Amino acid sequence: MPRLDGKTLLLTGGASGIGAATARIAIDEGANVVVADLQVEAGEKLAAELGAKALFVRLDVTDEASWIDAVAKTIARFGKLDGLLNGAGVGVAASIEACTLAEFQRVYRINGLGVALGCKHAVLAMKSTGGGSIVNISSILGLRGQPTTPAYSASKGAVRLLTKHVAIHCGQHGYGIRCNSVHPGYIDTPMIAPRLATTIDNMTGRQFLESLHPMGRLGRAEEIAKMVVFLLSDDSSFSTGAEFVADGGVTA
Amino acid sequence: MSEDLVGKVAIVTGGASGIGDATCRLLARHGASVVVADIQDDLGARVAREIGPLAWFHKLDVAVEAEWEALLAAVLARHGRLDILVNNAGISGGTNSVEDFTVELWDRTHAINLDGVFLGCKHAIGAMKTTSVRKPEGGGAIVNISSIAGLIGSAGPFAYTASKGAVRLLTKSVAAWCAQERNGIRCNSVHPGGIDTPIFNPLWQMVGHEAGKNFIGSRHPIGHMGEPGDIAEAVLYLASDRSKFVTGSELVADGGITSGVQRRTLFAAP
Ligand SMILES: NC(=O)c1ccc[n+]([C@@H]2O[C@H](COP(=O)([O-])OP(=O)(O)OC[C@H]3O[C@@H](n4cnc5c(N)ncnc54)[C@H](O)[C@@H]3O)[C@@H](O)[C@H]2O)c1
Repeated sequence: MPRLDGKTLLLTGGASGIGAATARIAIDEGANVVVADLQVEAGEKLAAELGAKALFVRLDVTDEASWIDAVAKTIARFGKLDGLLNGAGVGVAASIEACTLAEFQRVYRINGLGVALGCKHAVLAMKSTGGGSIVNISSILGLRGQPTTPAYSASKGAVRLLTKHVAIHCGQHGYGIRCNSVHPGYIDTPMIAPRLATTIDNMTGRQFLESLHPMGRLGRAEEIAKMVVFLLSDDSSFSTGAEFVADGGVTA
Repeated sequence: MSEDLVGKVAIVTGGASGIGDATCRLLARHGASVVVADIQDDLGARVAREIGPLAWFHKLDVAVEAEWEALLAAVLARHGRLDILVNNAGISGGTNSVEDFTVELWDRTHAINLDGVFLGCKHAIGAMKTTSVRKPEGGGAIVNISSIAGLIGSAGPFAYTASKGAVRLLTKSVAAWCAQERNGIRCNSVHPGGIDTPIFNPLWQMVGHEAGKNFIGSRHPIGHMGEPGDIAEAVLYLASDRSKFVTGSELVADGGITSGVQRRTLFAAP
């Protein structure tokens, strides 16, 4: 039996990168998929391509009303919600000295508050319908320092810890809801395009990022998506509040 | 009295109360000039007065960038230098969980606990890199007060937990940047367990100070809550040149909580 048979999943950042890769695998594994993203055109195109078991909803993760709307549309179409991927996020490089407060707050709102609101509305929707699974995309930068990403680092550190709160809170209340964080290394998606375009120490951006990974290459979106699908499925039924690393060995 | 901070200038945010109060007193006892920075003028001025000529009070709301600029200008005008910043100001944000937090509460908690630390680091680096001593054995030191809530999960306040997890990793990013720049500035986080300070006043009002203190103390493997001075000692180490090889690290002072036992209801009322 497919691993996500009959489950309805809401995937933020679903129009691109890790979110889109998760959507494709989830459909293959029998799920109903709600592609939720700010990018309407790409999101609608993907949902159309995935067929009748997919739906696109426009979602601004920083806006609570938008979350309420997205969850309502999910339930209206598929009856209930069984899983959430908080995959939407932005990456920005600016050192602590260069980063403005406005930029710091903008990144944290999307990557931090956006995940928090997703957890809130998924818990509210799933706690009375038998539970479910929430997967939050943190980063290796939620595990260790990086000099030019104070805002991104802060937001990913927040996601790492708020995930544990959700796990403990839901566990103690007997909601049947699990929540885990995923910590990817550098994955070859549109998010890192600006980094690939730079040069550093006589290396191209790509060579430099590859050199950070003991495995000598960047990750692929599918490699993260498979881990996400495992966590959204019942195969991971005893895992909650935990950190799942897929980073080609960076944090080793 | 030790003299390891003589000639150094320190800013302690949230210096009017609790851990900040104890830190101001300890840093001054080790010879530092201390700026007690807080929104509470009466209490802050009293801490400075009790310390004596080494200390002065400056009113600061850590969430307001213009106030940081004014503070740094005042410190440089008065002392010509800055060596130590302790980003200690923080609020618990009150009881909230993933289910019932509001965006308003999230924003208020993060404005102080995270934006305040970001602004402090940003503006202190600017001042320290041009004014603090840059001998091989040390330079500027930034100490950010996170919490055990930044290390392990709890069912306690949701927005607070996120903010303290953010401070933990922000600290590492700042440390990595300063190391890469070779600017002589170190940045570390401190992770206190339950410390008996006014941050628990709402709980004390509900259950009484003694009962509350005993309850929270009983959740610590060591059997009791910590005192503000326990954390001040950790800050002193990270602020002084004795920790000159320590940066981007996490100093835990928590009565054993993160060793893995009895953590679950730390923030819940008995
Ligand atoms: N007490 C504990 O058990 C404990 C545990 C872990 C971490 N901490 C952290 O330690 C730090 C100090 O807490 P405490 O226990 O001494 O609490 P406290 O309430 O005694 O002191 C906090 C101080 O911060 C000040 N403050 C609040 N908002 C401010 C602002 N916008 N600008 C400037 N100052 C502001 C307050 O006026 C107060 O003087 C906080 O960051 C807290 O999160 C405390």
